[in-house]
Amino acid sequence: MPDPLIEARQVEKFYDQPSDNRIQVIAPLDLAIYSGEILTLLGPSGSGKSTLLRILTGLSPASSGQVLWHGSPVNGPCENVSIVFQSFALFPWLTVIENVEAPLKARGISPGGRFARSLRVLDAVGLDGFENAYPKELSGGMKQRVGFARALVVEPEVLFMDEPFSSLDVLTAENLRSELLELWEDKKMPTRAVFIVTHNIEEAVLLGDRIVVLGKNPGRIRTDFRVDLPRPRDRKHPRFTRIVDYIYQVLTQPDTDHVLPATGPASGSPQPASGSPQSDRRPKYPMLPHARTGGIAGFLEILADHNGREDVYRLADLLSFEIDDLLPIVEGAALLGFVKLTEGDAEITPAGLEFTHADILRQKELFRNAALEHVALLKQIKSALESKSDHTLSDEFFHDILDEHFSEEETVRQLETAINWGRYAELFDHDSERKRFFLPEETPGDPPNVEVGTET
Amino acid sequence: MTVPGLSRSLIPDRTWNFFMDAIIFAGLFALVYAIVAVARYWFSAPVAAVEISLSPTAIPRYAFYSLVRMIVAYLLSLVFAIAYGYIAAYNARVEAGMLAVLDILQSIPVLSFLPGVMLAMVSLFPSRQLGVEFGSILLIFTGQVWNMAFSFYASLKALPRELVEASRVYRFGAMQRFLQLELPQGTIGLVWNSMVSVAGGWFFLMACEMFVLGKRDFRLPGLGSYLQSAASAGDTAAIIWGVAAMIGVVVLIDQLVWRPAIAWSDKFKQEQVESSAAHSSAVLNLLRKSPLLTRLRAGVTSPLMERIYSSAAHRPAEEKSQASPWQRAFVALAGIIALLAILYGVYQGLQLLKGITTAEFVTTLESAGATWLRVIAALAIASAWTIPAGVAIGFSPRLARIAQPLAQIAASVPATALFPVLLLGLISLGGGLNTGSILLMLLGTQWYILFNVIAGAIAIPSEFREVADIFRFGRIDRWRTVILPAIFPYLVTGLVTASGGAWNASIVAEYFHFKGQVLSTFGLGAEISSATDSGNFALLLLSTIVMATLVVSVNRLVWRPLYRRAETRYRMEA
Repeated sequence: MPDPLIEARQVEKFYDQPSDNRIQVIAPLDLAIYSGEILTLLGPSGSGKSTLLRILTGLSPASSGQVLWHGSPVNGPCENVSIVFQSFALFPWLTVIENVEAPLKARGISPGGRFARSLRVLDAVGLDGFENAYPKELSGGMKQRVGFARALVVEPEVLFMDEPFSSLDVLTAENLRSELLELWEDKKMPTRAVFIVTHNIEEAVLLGDRIVVLGKNPGRIRTDFRVDLPRPRDRKHPRFTRIVDYIYQVLTQPDTDHVLPATGPASGSPQPASGSPQSDRRPKYPMLPHARTGGIAGFLEILADHNGREDVYRLADLLSFEIDDLLPIVEGAALLGFVKLTEGDAEITPAGLEFTHADILRQKELFRNAALEHVALLKQIKSALESKSDHTLSDEFFHDILDEHFSEEETVRQLETAINWGRYAELFDHDSERKRFFLPEETPGDPPNVEVGTET
Repeated sequence: MTVPGLSRSLIPDRTWNFFMDAIIFAGLFALVYAIVAVARYWFSAPVAAVEISLSPTAIPRYAFYSLVRMIVAYLLSLVFAIAYGYIAAYNARVEAGMLAVLDILQSIPVLSFLPGVMLAMVSLFPSRQLGVEFGSILLIFTGQVWNMAFSFYASLKALPRELVEASRVYRFGAMQRFLQLELPQGTIGLVWNSMVSVAGGWFFLMACEMFVLGKRDFRLPGLGSYLQSAASAGDTAAIIWGVAAMIGVVVLIDQLVWRPAIAWSDKFKQEQVESSAAHSSAVLNLLRKSPLLTRLRAGVTSPLMERIYSSAAHRPAEEKSQASPWQRAFVALAGIIALLAILYGVYQGLQLLKGITTAEFVTTLESAGATWLRVIAALAIASAWTIPAGVAIGFSPRLARIAQPLAQIAASVPATALFPVLLLGLISLGGGLNTGSILLMLLGTQWYILFNVIAGAIAIPSEFREVADIFRFGRIDRWRTVILPAIFPYLVTGLVTASGGAWNASIVAEYFHFKGQVLSTFGLGAEISSATDSGNFALLLLSTIVMATLVVSVNRLVWRPLYRRAETRYRMEA
């Protein structure tokens, strides 16, 4: 095995909290990028994949652990890497050519050499004739080509791409992907390795020589395997769909370790999945998937139409959803006990079936019962409100409980989701102006004497 | 072009370019002469109180001197604003403190800086006119720098994260980062704030060019002094000449500098798609076409920039070099010295305040109350007419086309220039300065509200109005449920600016030299002005502190909560 270009050793990211807990974004993990490979990093939102990219490039420091660049530790941005950004990150006040020239300017290259090199790269990505346009005059796909050109003009050893195709429409993305592969296969770029972060499973399988799947909460490596399908890859090929299916299985079953499927001659160095130790100092707080109640109801309807059982991958394809859109909904439905997940398939439960047949009011009732039975946060909010004589509590109260377990951003999203679910289930209501939770006027049922297990 | 039929149509274009070059060349020549003239004047022996000639033929020279003062003060402000914003944005340790200082300085009226600045400058250059001139320039500076500094700070704080990351991963040096990332990001904010600032400079020009400080009389040659002298002498013809000249200069600058600057700054917009409503300026188009400027750029500016870039390359801004113990000691020492200076200043200030009697203190508070009432009245009157007018203009594109340019010209005229004319009218009507000063405040501040309301009304989605039409909302419902909530954020912005402006305007609105006598009314602004006039520094300090405290606390207690409400509840979200 050759020496890696970039290697992360026991790299982790966490945010220290005033109390003893810390918010773990990425659990300690090892990851190496080797010469000659396209590595795709796949993971649901909140798995810290963009954070990991920034740690590997040296843009943001790891909380602990080490990043090595050709064997020597990295301190600050790496010497010879580039990033292609999701939002393109072009300077709107510079023309196309000035944008591409900017990194060369930073290296003190003379105007003449700079110009010639930039033109050559612009040519290679199919942008000749657009040198003097401003980014705002270009379409999304053209902008990302400028992003490519800017990244390639410095002849980076490793090209990092942070969801480079996800703000483009389907056709443009497909087009750019194949052009990227063409540049790579024909060795038209001097780059020795490409590292692509994505949340699109098909994209990962289309592009990757090696696929690393991250799990979330905290981010950790779930599986790491080589793909040796010949290029160009055919989406309809059974081996292609098998790999996609396998990744769905990994993503939809958060708690079991996975063995590699038969993806042909699985060579390379498949690292043991989630072999990294996890600093679990306390039982993890159950996380609400960010799904809207309407989305869950719609998902159940569709599942019922498919005779109650369907492959999640096929559903995503059918709905043209990406995993970031569909997974929270599937997880939400599973959390409520409306579906069961097996082997990458979603199967509707009797409770879920009853839900789809019920009328609106009955649906709310079923949702309420399921929520109180399965969703710890909603239960906790309700009983906390009931234990107060005026049946109202400020956001801060729940915020303080949650931010022991989640990052600030995640805490806000957790509360938002809880409010959405709680309102739909008519468990409680929320006044966004005064930032308070409160119980609706007449609460059905008698207040159960549940102890509020919270400390402040 | 080889197509013969087309060549004719190209002629006017080419002639224009040549014409433009000629103008630019003549302009450069005039500039050189101007620098020489100014230098000769500045380094001449100091004359604190120049005899102001009221002849109209003297006006061009006075206008020139005023313009030079404004330009120098503006350039100073620009440099200071950028440096201040930069330091505040990148040094977390001093950030909060620097912002608070800005907040307070912004609320201190120009005249309160006058004695300190003037006396310091005169003693710094005792044998040259430069001292007096520089004092006046610094006064103008104190009136325009703060909002620019704040604007630059805010735009640095709003730098898009991925652009910052791109500049880091591509290893921009500090210079390149500044020129290609930070400065462009701040440009639009700086241009708009520069316009407001310079307008403020014209507003206080009279106060900055001609004033009495205790027993010393300061009168610098300039348009402001001309107007004030004309007003003191009651020379109606001269007043009209002066007002006309000032309006002319302001409108000219608006067309020759600000319109092109705004159109040019459009390219710094952080937008992903080209918007249809782009600003345009004929002057800018001509300048862009000028062959002389193009050649200048290719021959001088670009190579110069190259030099800067290549000398700054290979030195990434990144390298977190550990501060050496010497550096740290130096910073600590500077901090201690600054702290001691502040303590000394506070001590001296307190000593000065000891001389204030209880009666004076009570009077100051009462006068503050009087001015406050005037400010509220001015805001109320301004809102009463600008809200309906602004909404009407905003709703009707046809009306907007006619009214907006007119309003912009009206707004660019410094209200202080019109004071003498207004006073003539007021006195002939038998009114005093008590109500008159409200009118003067109104003149200076109503535009802020008007323009913001227009912008707000334009931003109301037409669906909202269609809903109101379909459900047959009555006039009251229409205003209550659609228009007022929708323009609320804009209205608050306008009111905040107008309120600050009204407080500041009180120092010139409540106290005026006219026809050889002092017209004044009971108020905080009048107190500050008269304290400056009579050199009563204790009273000046006290009334300044009272005003700053009032303005800052009104900002914190009234405007900021309203702002927050506007940001959360009344924000239009797509």
